[in-house]
Amino acid sequence: MTLPETSETRLPSARSDPAPLFAADGVTVRFGGLVALDDVSLAAQPHEVHGVIGPNGAGKTTFFNVCCGFVRPDTGTLWWRGEPVPALRPAQLAGMGIARTLQGLGLFAGLTVAENVMVGADRFRRTGFASALFALPRAGADERRLRERAAAAMREVGVEDYAARHPGSLPYPVRKRVALARALAADPELLLLDEPASGLGADDMAELGELVRALTERMTVILVDHHMDLVMSVCDRITVLDFGRVVAEGSPAQVRDDPAVIDAYLGEEARHG
Amino acid sequence: MQQFVNITLNGLSQGAIYAAFALALVLIWRATRIINFAQGAMAMFTTYLALTLIESGQSYWVGFAAALVAGLVLGALVERIVMRPVEGGPELNAVIVTLGLFVAFQALAAILFGATFQSFPAPFGLRGFTVGEFTIAFTPFSVFVIGSVLVVMLALTALFRFTDLGLRMRASAFSQEVSRLLGVRVGRMLTLGWAFAAVVGSLAGLLIAGGNLVHPAYMDAVIVYGFVAAVLGGLESPGGAVAGGLITGLALSYVSGYLGSELVTLAALGILVAVLLVRPRGLFSRVAERRV
Repeated sequence: MTLPETSETRLPSARSDPAPLFAADGVTVRFGGLVALDDVSLAAQPHEVHGVIGPNGAGKTTFFNVCCGFVRPDTGTLWWRGEPVPALRPAQLAGMGIARTLQGLGLFAGLTVAENVMVGADRFRRTGFASALFALPRAGADERRLRERAAAAMREVGVEDYAARHPGSLPYPVRKRVALARALAADPELLLLDEPASGLGADDMAELGELVRALTERMTVILVDHHMDLVMSVCDRITVLDFGRVVAEGSPAQVRDDPAVIDAYLGEEARHG
Repeated sequence: MQQFVNITLNGLSQGAIYAAFALALVLIWRATRIINFAQGAMAMFTTYLALTLIESGQSYWVGFAAALVAGLVLGALVERIVMRPVEGGPELNAVIVTLGLFVAFQALAAILFGATFQSFPAPFGLRGFTVGEFTIAFTPFSVFVIGSVLVVMLALTALFRFTDLGLRMRASAFSQEVSRLLGVRVGRMLTLGWAFAAVVGSLAGLLIAGGNLVHPAYMDAVIVYGFVAAVLGGLESPGGAVAGGLITGLALSYVSGYLGSELVTLAALGILVAVLLVRPRGLFSRVAERRV
């Protein structure tokens, strides 16, 4: 798997890396005549935060949708723990140990916060269909475990006080935390965060940054966002997309100084700023 | 006064049945955004199965249990085999398919069981209780009707509120895509939702039939009243369906008792139109918006 040779930032990524936990190799997606992603490759190492940035329309969200099986790439392969994953479907994700948050949050409106998070912990359910249906004792123990797991996830992001509320009655930053708790309840090895900072104020964003850094103890995080402060301070490595192509890849410092990136993204912002 | 009491009691026991039927419609609507017009025909079919068993010498309860189990299986099979290919497509396709099922089940029942009227037994007496010197229009069978509907509703509420399975079913009903992402086997939840709904529908069919005549079209009126009840309750809320069922039962009973039984169908239509004009989301709908 080779990353496109776009600039000198290619060199550092050639370090003697351990096998990546998750990798996308040569992913191309076309919507009709539009090429949304063109030969995009990315490798996320265990316990790192890998950022995907780029101007609007660069293909960040499409790339995420490929990573979680919503969009099937026309060419290219996804790799998980060194094995190729052909024809990934969203339903497989939880079982593989991958969790994703959604830009629209996707909280269940009619369920309480605690119930929302419990659904996230569902992959740890052990009882089969029949015993759950007939409420056999094992199912009861199972449910206690799920409840505890959900409670731990809510505590971790600080929403345990809202457990009995419905998401619709909560302010947006709290809802975002609930969505994050739901993803964490699955205890994933890889967490895909889709615009985790959008709609957050400076305080919330700083807290989010700390939280994400703390998560690397347990998991790999890939995040898409366009808040440069957050991305630059939180990520170990960054992949920059522009018009569906990888224009740079490397550490925050390398990416920041890359002329291709400044052209595509930062320059534009700097001029406006 | 005695007439008022009688009409009210009669309305309550009819309303309980409409409530069960409306609940079956709501369960499927919530999970799959499909109004199952075949619900009544499916219930008719399982009721005929019960009748066949009873006529072959089995007890009423064997027939009763068999009809409920048959409802469970039939609901699951219909969802898995017939509805699955049209789910997620244009809504009209699913509607047409359920209408087709409705016709097919009625025709099949006429072929298998005959198109004549047959009497269906009731497990309890059909003579009203005596209070003082009056005989009221509340029979042991009415008690059974209301009791069994209550039991089923409490069981369903417990399932949805307190079990992990119910949680997954509710999550799938709110958003299939997100549930799938979280590892919920959404397909199974839909199958199960249809199966439970068909059980509740079968119960309504059995209760309507008890002490009455059955023929392949005997559920047609109940479909209409059950639909009115479901719309009244807002289609989204199981609690609303129950309340809507009781309100519909009472209203139609008063119309029948005071204005004349020939006006019942017209009154049902009136309620439906009034609800859709004044509160199209129903009396009890809580969720204002929901995009899947």
